Amino acid sequence: MSKQVPRGFQLPRRRFVQGLALGGVAAGLGLWRGNALAQIATPRAELRGNHFELEIGELPVDFTGRKRIATVVNGQLPAPLLRWRQGDTVTLRVRNRLRETSSIHWHGIVLPADMDGVPGLSFDGIPPGGEYVYRFTVNQAGTYWYHSHSRFQEQTGLYGPIVIEPRDGERHPAERDYVVLLNDWTDLDPETIYANLKKQGGYYNVGKRTVGDFLRDAGRDGLSGALAERRMWNQMRMDPTDLADVSSVAYTYLVNGQTPAANWTGLFDAGEKIRLRFINGSSMTFFDVRIPGLKMTVVAADGQAIEPVSVDEFRIGTAETYDVIVQPSADRAWTIFAQSMDRTGYARATLAPRIGMTADVPLIDPRPLLSMGDMMGAMDHGSMGHDMSGMDMMAMPGMAMSMHHEPAPSLKTGPEVDMRVATPRRNLDDPGVGLRDNGRRVLSYADLHAVDAPISPRIDRELTLRLTGNMERYLWSFDGKRASAAEPLHLHHGERVRVTLVNDTMMTHPIHLHGMWSELEAPDGSFQVRKHTVMVQPAQQLSYRVSADAPGRWAYHCHLLYHMEAGMFREVVVA
Amino acid sequence: MRLQRISAIALALGSCAPTMLLAQSADMEGMPGMSMQHAEHGVPADPHAVHHAVTEPARSDQAHDGMDHTGHDMSSIDTAALPPNDHVPPSPPQHVMPAMTAEQMHKLMQMNDASVTGMLLIDRLERSRSTSGDYATSWEAEGWLGNPIDRLWVKTEGERGSDGTEGRVAALWSHAWTSFWDAQLGARQDFGQGPNRQWAAFGVQGLAPYWFETQATFYAGEQGRTALRLEASYELLFTQRLVLEPKLELNFYDKDDPQRGVSSGLSDLETGLRLRYEFSRKFAPYVGVNWTRRYGDAQAPGAPMFHARETTWVAGVRWWL
Repeated sequence: MSKQVPRGFQLPRRRFVQGLALGGVAAGLGLWRGNALAQIATPRAELRGNHFELEIGELPVDFTGRKRIATVVNGQLPAPLLRWRQGDTVTLRVRNRLRETSSIHWHGIVLPADMDGVPGLSFDGIPPGGEYVYRFTVNQAGTYWYHSHSRFQEQTGLYGPIVIEPRDGERHPAERDYVVLLNDWTDLDPETIYANLKKQGGYYNVGKRTVGDFLRDAGRDGLSGALAERRMWNQMRMDPTDLADVSSVAYTYLVNGQTPAANWTGLFDAGEKIRLRFINGSSMTFFDVRIPGLKMTVVAADGQAIEPVSVDEFRIGTAETYDVIVQPSADRAWTIFAQSMDRTGYARATLAPRIGMTADVPLIDPRPLLSMGDMMGAMDHGSMGHDMSGMDMMAMPGMAMSMHHEPAPSLKTGPEVDMRVATPRRNLDDPGVGLRDNGRRVLSYADLHAVDAPISPRIDRELTLRLTGNMERYLWSFDGKRASAAEPLHLHHGERVRVTLVNDTMMTHPIHLHGMWSELEAPDGSFQVRKHTVMVQPAQQLSYRVSADAPGRWAYHCHLLYHMEAGMFREVVVA
Repeated sequence: MRLQRISAIALALGSCAPTMLLAQSADMEGMPGMSMQHAEHGVPADPHAVHHAVTEPARSDQAHDGMDHTGHDMSSIDTAALPPNDHVPPSPPQHVMPAMTAEQMHKLMQMNDASVTGMLLIDRLERSRSTSGDYATSWEAEGWLGNPIDRLWVKTEGERGSDGTEGRVAALWSHAWTSFWDAQLGARQDFGQGPNRQWAAFGVQGLAPYWFETQATFYAGEQGRTALRLEASYELLFTQRLVLEPKLELNFYDKDDPQRGVSSGLSDLETGLRLRYEFSRKFAPYVGVNWTRRYGDAQAPGAPMFHARETTWVAGVRWWL
């Protein structure tokens, strides 16, 4: 464990972080007395075809030695893998057996607005005992997922993978094909987590700076050096250790519903190509994923094919998906290691020729600190070196907004906004805090290049939104306005909009627009890649094109669940 | 091939369009580094050139022989030559949600970013022993209830010693004012030793630079009395659980109030050090030491004796809900 875990609770925490070897649904049901190892070999429940019967219900589970009630689909956690075929029209009858309203949102799927599954925008939600029949044509292919869009049901287990087979076969065929669905399970009531964050933004941060850290820094950099490094943070009342709002204090990280100790295992024969469909189905956690010893060739991002790029490691934001292909040549086991961005825990799985084989689990990396660039933006021009004129222009308040006659966004702070970034950084080649210069080849958004043309070749209008928040008050918003105080964003049907996001906070936000693709641009405005969820790093500015071709009312929000609930949400109306 | 060429042109134009739009709507003069190089391309592209020409999904087997494209670098020219995408816009919804207020929508969504929440913090509940051998029990607590911006605060603090109980309680409306500061307006009641005093209170509470939890409150009372109270504390982490909290409190009054042991000017100064161990964030026992310095000699005959200087050792608990 990293140094930040207090000694006092290391032992009891061990089981908590690693979970039970035989935990999960089976333990909750008491099934584990049978052949315990069988669950590892059994393929996950998978539904295919074009008619699906799904039932939302509750189920006792046990991941850490404590029995809890999870929200599940067809008695499964995660929910069953849905396999669709590109071009099919699928019908999904979803019954709700909960005592509260529920919903299912098909994340990243382009479909009619009334099929999107967001209560209040698409429909009324599925009442207790009721059902809703989703029916839409699947025109895309790739790896996606689905989850509840009702309060905290996603956190309590209502999430599952979707794989859509391409009409013309896989672009990169592989002998094995596995979903690797990452998740942050909690034994706590999500309402408790939310309430704790509201009262104390740093409640789950167990990596705060200590007197010992100061003495060590002073020893290394001198007293004045250590003080100078802290001065700006302390004056701004910003915490460089604020990497995740919720840490492994509350979470046990899962792969396909299995704890690190339970070790989900995918089988292969040496020399085979394995396609791993990584999905980050967690509520609050960014994962840094690698398979020590194996190069991963990333072939798709958010379901969309990209130019293959070979990496050692990638960060996957909440709700993102990456397809990677690996080709283990030796007859041995390999560990899939997904450490949380705040380095307090990890999810783990294994690729092995035979059940029961394992490989070393690497140590968690040292906990990083946010850099001054994460707070100040483009103050250090290290990796930029180009397009400075564009940056100066875009950083000028009012510039982009004058386009559609809205008042210029002021760079003022206030109760809703605890900081502003005057000169955001625009480069996409930064893999993010904790992954910079770690000696591994780490994926960044600059590496993602679509294999096909953008939907939006032109841009009719520019729209700038600032991602804002107040960590101490735990308020999150777009442009300093929480959802409850904000008007919908209106897009004209058929127009092509360039959305520019400027992150005025110290946290990375995975921003998800429902119904329409977010076509990410390079800093020079050229098209890079089509995504449904775009991570915006602290003090970063990035742009994507949106083709407003989906009439209806849509959700637009930060996919960190508690950020969305705390106000980082907007309605988008396309009419 | 032809399709690809059309898309290439459309893309080239598309990527220039934003520059043009910017140029048209913004005052270009004196804009450092504003690039005009794309101006000659500023003809609007046919919006349908690419998008609606597409019927077949892109196949590019020939373009992807291998997979090892490590560190490839694609220029925008390459991008423009890309085959068309297979995106199909969705049909309009068959059922449109009726118009509703934001409130109704958020209720359906079960989302509420302005919900009323509350907190109760027992900051100090401690037993103390002064160096002169006196024992006392004292408390300091606060609670709030409200939405993220406007809250009702109740604060109380006091001490129960061998010569009775004295303390104060305040109720304040608190309004989030800036990023880190709340403005507070309300009333305070002093009780115990001597006559009870009522005050109107106005102050600020928040987080000062360098992470000092700070309160400054001005009071106006009966008979034209005024007072000022300043309080600051800091948290020094030895580990993630072992926290040292230095604290400083100053009370100023404009008039002597001998029956309550108050003198004009700086009436008393209290500073303390408490070392707590957070078994959880919410529950932490502590030990500490407190120094009190009382100024002036305003003391009514018969009122309980007070010590000009007093050191007390304390042990207590801090918890919150």
